[in-house]
Amino acid sequence: MSAPTRTPSGAPAHLTGPGSGRVGDDAARPDGVLKVRGEFAYGSDLWMDDMLWGVTLRSPHPYARIRSVDVGPALAVPGVHAVLTSDDVPGSKTYGLELADQPVLAVDVVRYQGEPVALVAADHPETARRAAARIVVDYEVWEPVTDAREALGHPTWNQVHETEAPVTELSRESAHLHPQGNLVRHLKVRKGDPHATADVVVTGEYEVGMQDQAFLGPESGLAVPAEDGGVELHVATQWLHVDQRQVCAALGLPPERVRLTLAGVGGAFGGREDLSMHVHACLLALRTGKPVKMSYNREESFFGHVHRHPATMRYEHGATRDGDLVYVRAQIHLDGGAYASSTPAVVGNAGTMGIGPYVVPNVHVDCYGAYTNNPPCGAMRGFGSVQTAFAYEAQMDALAAELGMDPVELRCRNAMEQGSPTPTGQVVDSPAPVAELLRRLAAMPLPEPPGTLDLREVPGGVSNTTHGEGVRRGVGYAVAYKNVAFSEGFDDHSTARVRLEVVGGEPTVTVHTAAAEVGQGLVTVEQQIARTELGVDRVVIHPKDTDVGSAGSTSASRQTYVTGGAVKAACEAVRARVLERAAGLTGRPVGDLRLFDGTVVAEGLELPLAEVLGDDAVEETLEWRHRPTQALDPETGQGFAHVQYAFSAHRAVVDVDTELGLLKVVEMACTQDVGKAINPQAVVGQIQGGTAQGLGLAVMEEVLVRDGRVQNPSFTDYLIPTVLDVPPMRIEVLEYADPHAPYGLRGVGEAPNISSGPAVLAAIRQATGLPLTRVPVRPEHITGT
Amino acid sequence: MEFLQPATWAEALEAKAASRDAVPVAGGTDVMVAVNFGRLRPSLLLDLTRVPELQQWDTEDGVVRLGAGVPYARVITELGDRLPGLAMAARTIGSPQIRNRGTVGGNLATASPAGDAHPALLAADAEVEVASVRGTRRIPVTGFYTGVKRSALADDELIAAIRIRPPSGPQQYSKIGTRNAMVIAVAAFGLALHPDRRAVGTGIGSAAPTPRRAPEAEEFLAGELDGLWDSRGELPASTATRFGELVSAAAAPIDDVRGTARYRVHALSVMARRTLTWAWADYRKEATTCA
Amino acid sequence: MRLTCTVNGTEQQVDDVWEGESLLYVLRERMGLPGSKNACEQGECGSCTVYLDGLPVCACLVAAGQAEGREVGTVEGLAAPGELHPVQQAFLDAGAVQCGFCTPGLLVATDDLLARARAEGRTPADAEIREALAGNLCRCTGYEKILDAVRLAADRTAGDAR
Repeated sequence: MSAPTRTPSGAPAHLTGPGSGRVGDDAARPDGVLKVRGEFAYGSDLWMDDMLWGVTLRSPHPYARIRSVDVGPALAVPGVHAVLTSDDVPGSKTYGLELADQPVLAVDVVRYQGEPVALVAADHPETARRAAARIVVDYEVWEPVTDAREALGHPTWNQVHETEAPVTELSRESAHLHPQGNLVRHLKVRKGDPHATADVVVTGEYEVGMQDQAFLGPESGLAVPAEDGGVELHVATQWLHVDQRQVCAALGLPPERVRLTLAGVGGAFGGREDLSMHVHACLLALRTGKPVKMSYNREESFFGHVHRHPATMRYEHGATRDGDLVYVRAQIHLDGGAYASSTPAVVGNAGTMGIGPYVVPNVHVDCYGAYTNNPPCGAMRGFGSVQTAFAYEAQMDALAAELGMDPVELRCRNAMEQGSPTPTGQVVDSPAPVAELLRRLAAMPLPEPPGTLDLREVPGGVSNTTHGEGVRRGVGYAVAYKNVAFSEGFDDHSTARVRLEVVGGEPTVTVHTAAAEVGQGLVTVEQQIARTELGVDRVVIHPKDTDVGSAGSTSASRQTYVTGGAVKAACEAVRARVLERAAGLTGRPVGDLRLFDGTVVAEGLELPLAEVLGDDAVEETLEWRHRPTQALDPETGQGFAHVQYAFSAHRAVVDVDTELGLLKVVEMACTQDVGKAINPQAVVGQIQGGTAQGLGLAVMEEVLVRDGRVQNPSFTDYLIPTVLDVPPMRIEVLEYADPHAPYGLRGVGEAPNISSGPAVLAAIRQATGLPLTRVPVRPEHITGT
Repeated sequence: MEFLQPATWAEALEAKAASRDAVPVAGGTDVMVAVNFGRLRPSLLLDLTRVPELQQWDTEDGVVRLGAGVPYARVITELGDRLPGLAMAARTIGSPQIRNRGTVGGNLATASPAGDAHPALLAADAEVEVASVRGTRRIPVTGFYTGVKRSALADDELIAAIRIRPPSGPQQYSKIGTRNAMVIAVAAFGLALHPDRRAVGTGIGSAAPTPRRAPEAEEFLAGELDGLWDSRGELPASTATRFGELVSAAAAPIDDVRGTARYRVHALSVMARRTLTWAWADYRKEATTCA
Repeated sequence: MRLTCTVNGTEQQVDDVWEGESLLYVLRERMGLPGSKNACEQGECGSCTVYLDGLPVCACLVAAGQAEGREVGTVEGLAAPGELHPVQQAFLDAGAVQCGFCTPGLLVATDDLLARARAEGRTPADAEIREALAGNLCRCTGYEKILDAVRLAADRTAGDAR
């Protein structure tokens, strides 16, 4: 599939339905009909008779000691059933993905604005809110640490955490953590000569603001007390089992008494990898003996999940006069905020991916993650690579300008390919068509220059700020690469239970995994794989829950690879047993038999599955792993850390009103190698959505934090792109199989979110001639005001 | 909290007189946001959507009397020709859903410096018709805004209508937002040329504690146009530039999350210059069409 | 307070409504109609778009009492039970549904746009579609397939009477 999937000129010629629904088809989503009817149950839609509403009282201060908490006035409000503080947390008082450093409810100190302090359950949300407002918390307000570099510069001064937090068993890697102080992780990548020199040198300092996932479905769930003293939690999340372990620890309950089921997820993008209301709702449910629903509003959502790490980055690139990269040196600082979340892993990615998909003999990278009193930062689509891509691609453009070379040519000249060494000493052992991605982009036709004035097509839109005055067009290119799945030696696996039986005369496959469907379409992929491997059309996706083993997180572009791999493997095991059985029945060698369209077939044989299976079900449960990776050497950052890389490239065309600093992205073009498109329509959907999120960070999205306080926790002032901000897209999907991956597939979701923003920046730079070293670009940056 | 739904204007005024802290609600685009996020808990919500008089507009002695409860969507579709500046402003407001509910009356009652209708109302010399059980009065819109989200409305008064004389010349409206739709103004500017009075109207939004006019800019431009109204001659570029400078000089903006004070000043000068250029081009085109 | 209104053609009555509740809350939590979504509750995302007396509005900004006696139409009422509305079918066929949280609001807004265009005997151009849907945020799709879906639905229903 290397032809354009669609062009911006109009609707595709035809839109096919689900087709046969096998691997490679545009199969329809199994949840689609429910979603268009408004019948799909998202976390915030859950409802039970007699349920209570839980609300959270949060700290108004970024850094303060709690002298006292008086819950009495809240308990006195009629309709209130419970008011809880950290004293009511029966198990571990802290939790965290990699470091258990974050309090379930604040203990003595609050370290960021919005930190949960107390909980209320009442019979109406307004009652609960009123009661929460009556809780009296006496704070001794401290001066917050709000600059990541300053925080590191004073490791013993004003440190955010006084004691070392235990590394949890959940840690994805053996991160080397400073025992105390504000350093979460320092990753060193050392390759070649640290003091290499070159003919041409460009340096730059870059800054990326804090992006929010801004998923539309707010953090929500319903906790139901169980008869065995345990609890059932229905929650919108990304990784049921990592939630379960943390909830169990906080509640002091064993896993068999804490059962989690995935509620409908209204987008995730990394923001649901950490706990939000999970433990809180369970605590309230267990205390009151009633079902408790919690659902954040948009403002609380901004305080209720981690954001993308803001970054400051200093880069130096050296190259020969001919344009061969000689060295890259970089210092990257990531502000992790008050708690670690996944900062160690984000540092790992930012550091190891930090120079882009280029071959460089001498690399010297230091990447730091720091604690501050800013909002906690953690996972967001692109995970460390988004920030560095803005820097390394700006550097490549600056270098091209210095050399007088075409930016695409410079990139192609230095592009990674299969067999190339990476900065961490790996050899790229599957296709890496970086240069081809760029050349295909450059060969695409450019959009027409503006014609008759339509305000909706110029910077500023119908706000009527220009009729063409001051508008200049720029074109920019950027490339992304991103590790797929979990790296650095983490035991990354998924579990699938597949059952084949005849139900009502029809062969039926049931696929049971705990892999979170967050909108990306994994449930469709699971069906497609089962249909392909078992030759059965009817595939039922079992509700996602903790009754089956962990699927790992829906993140790192990994679920189609890892859970897809697990489903494939479980199907193969089921198939083997069915064919053995058929061989026994027919006397034909197993090797001659295959499954097709609900029958066992061989030369001259068509045996319906009903006859093979009778009333029996064949079920297999398998854990599946990708190739193991290794921890990085702590001093050199060398090691087989990543199992697979994803590559995409973007070309952005942007009209800039250079006098007002307003922008209209005219077109985005993207090329991406996906190895094998399991569901081409969903692949293109991922590319389009990722492109839009990258564009948003480039030109408008930022959680503004001043003195540790969030200035814009609303969709009024945290702006995400509308349909008038996201342009038509040209997309070409390449399929160069990765021999190590199931079906040759490559993780898709993150790469386009990485390359789109830097391409937009490059286009704005070309239109304005300005260096523009900070994103998101604001009108002030372009106008110099 | 109580909820009251008067069916007539008289009932509404009586209710407001009886509960002076009652919060009137029409489209809900400001009030309900505050209620949803716990920032507003009035003793009484006074729903004005059932008062028929507020939902109508008509023309009296050549002046459009726009009921305070007419939503923006109708301003655009029904009054685009009579109130072009206001209709242009209305098109920039929120989304279609918001424009189906939000009203000019509500924009005035909130009196936010960022309200989108204000620059257009100022430029057009609108009057606000307010009423209470004590009677009805008209407030020139220039005197309506008294502070950040404060207005000349007494605590027993409700906004009945906005009175605007249809223009004798071109009007323009321009607004800066950092997104190409559905955005709160970083700065906005309204311009009305009044050839019948040989006068110029301006309105500045989001760049001072209240929406305000730029009187020096108006006087300067009226003076420059003195010899051009009849000839409809070309406007010197230096005039447009100077006009822009004077408009921006009238602003008193602050830095906030949406933009810096310096940018607002700069943007106003550009918007004023550009809108004047467009308006004057329209004025000259009119002449060509007539000839 | 008591609230009576018509929702999707059926009269609904609910009691004990708190005066500060929005129409969205009443639909979702009191009438068992959670199809309209609660993404921002400040009129910025369009995911709660419903018809109120035939006009698309954000249900989160309608005070519950303002709906008294009015006609409300939600995503649940777009199609007859067991059927799909052409706009719903087009969203599925075009792959315009990912997480789906924006979908109900977009379906109502699209239905309104296409009905208005059909009444004028035309199909909307891209710029008009974009302006009409600018109040409906989507975080998953980048809008491309939503535009495909709207064009597809427009083509499929072009000949239909309103």
